[in-house]
Amino acid sequence: MNQKEPLSKRMKLSWREMPFAGIMFEPGSSVEYKTGDWRIERKPQIDGEKCIRCFICWIFCPDVSIKRVPKPYKKHIESVEVDYYHCKGCGICAAECPVNAIEMIEESTDVP
Amino acid sequence: MSRKKVESSIEGIIPYSGEGSTITIEGGAVCTQLGCAYNGDEAVAYAAKQSNVDVVAAYPITPQTIIVERFSEYVANGEVSTKYLPVESEHSAMSACVGASIGGARVFTSSASQGLALMHEVLYLASGLRCPIVMAVVNRALSAPINIHGDHSDMMGSRDCGWIQLYTENAQEAYDLTIQSFKIAEDKNVQLPITVNLDGFFISHSTESMKSIADEDINKFLPPRTPIYKLDHDSPISIGGMALPEYYYEFKRQQEEAINSAKPVVKNVGNEFGEMTGRKYGFFEAYEMNDADVAIISLGSTSGSVRSVAKKLRANGEKVGAIKLWMYRPFPTEELFSIIKDLKVLVVMDRAISFGAPYGALCSDISSILQNRDSEVKVLNMIYGLGGRDIPTTTIQQVFEESLHTAKTGEVKQRIKFLDMRE
Repeated sequence: MNQKEPLSKRMKLSWREMPFAGIMFEPGSSVEYKTGDWRIERKPQIDGEKCIRCFICWIFCPDVSIKRVPKPYKKHIESVEVDYYHCKGCGICAAECPVNAIEMIEESTDVP
Repeated sequence: MSRKKVESSIEGIIPYSGEGSTITIEGGAVCTQLGCAYNGDEAVAYAAKQSNVDVVAAYPITPQTIIVERFSEYVANGEVSTKYLPVESEHSAMSACVGASIGGARVFTSSASQGLALMHEVLYLASGLRCPIVMAVVNRALSAPINIHGDHSDMMGSRDCGWIQLYTENAQEAYDLTIQSFKIAEDKNVQLPITVNLDGFFISHSTESMKSIADEDINKFLPPRTPIYKLDHDSPISIGGMALPEYYYEFKRQQEEAINSAKPVVKNVGNEFGEMTGRKYGFFEAYEMNDADVAIISLGSTSGSVRSVAKKLRANGEKVGAIKLWMYRPFPTEELFSIIKDLKVLVVMDRAISFGAPYGALCSDISSILQNRDSEVKVLNMIYGLGGRDIPTTTIQQVFEESLHTAKTGEVKQRIKFLDMRE
């Protein structure tokens, strides 16, 4: 969801069209709700060279925002990426990384 | 003076039809009824039993009343197949009710006073999640000072919780309206929780003669609940999600629509019940309102006393009437206006104080509908009977007499008065 869009555009459904009592019929719909813009100050950046693909960050991330992607890189068959649409910038991944491959960098002004 | 006669065809207005058990309808009632003696609590418990409730979750200790005690006896005796959950607080009781209702069960509970106050948070969940829970609220005072006797402070404190709110005059009405409540709440257009209010001690603990309806007639009147959505392994849904500023407002608008759409349902269910039993229900009962100059409108048990005083004054030739409001939320705005618009003075009885407000809660509602329609009806607000203080007929007679004086002279001494207050 782009916060820069006018409110009227973001609010699509009328009250008559909205589901009864706010019931959600699709499971896992919270993925569609992009909460990455709650993040302030800093965000994680993964160094693909240093990363040993231990996936400790993937295990520890409290917001399921570290993704294992099937992108081969040198000897590795997988890579890890950050889902900036949901990452809150807590820094747990950077703290847990055994090879210091994750750096918390300053948030740029243009939020992804 | 020419005065428009109130049309008897106005929806939801029930003309007063007689005293107590002498009610008869053309062709007679079409169901089996048994004369019995119950107090209000027992009557409600019996109604819940006959309504084939699936789950009852309640806190069984003070300020709980005999309702749950009696119901637990039914459970212990194996007279019902209800799952009875004696939980550790009213907050938990209502939470369990919400869960059970979402699971598709027919749910009943009851509370009073501090118990209702403790439930307050979860009341909004029940209405927001559209759970058709029926709760008997035995209206009792709130602390401090500790009191627990009858007044409307508890329900008026939770007035805006989105529940349909019905008030009853006696054990018979408490019984009748409890049965109807399941049908109203579970209607597919309503799907909202509902409270049946009975005055603490005045109704709840006073044994009266009443008529109970045979089980098979209730089964015909009230089929099992068919939930629109429920928690189900085969078709999973998520209930109770978050709606931030972009959506929350729209959901609340839906709720407002739902509670307003309860109006025709309350009327239809009341009519259907009337056809079955001879006791017709609607939004309110009007006693001698066709040519009245002065009328008293009240909630709950006081309505009986008001009516008996009005009857006495009518015999003396005074043009007085009485209105007993059964349905407080949704408020029957248009229907009530149509019957009070030609009065000179309307006295509104409030058994709760809305601290710092211009009037009591009921009077604020009535004043606003009259003011919005440029009505010249003079509204007087009487606060009375807090903490179980009795309201004798002599006081009501005095109110009528003062109001008749106001109607004659047009002079209003006090817009809000605390009846029987030691000054």
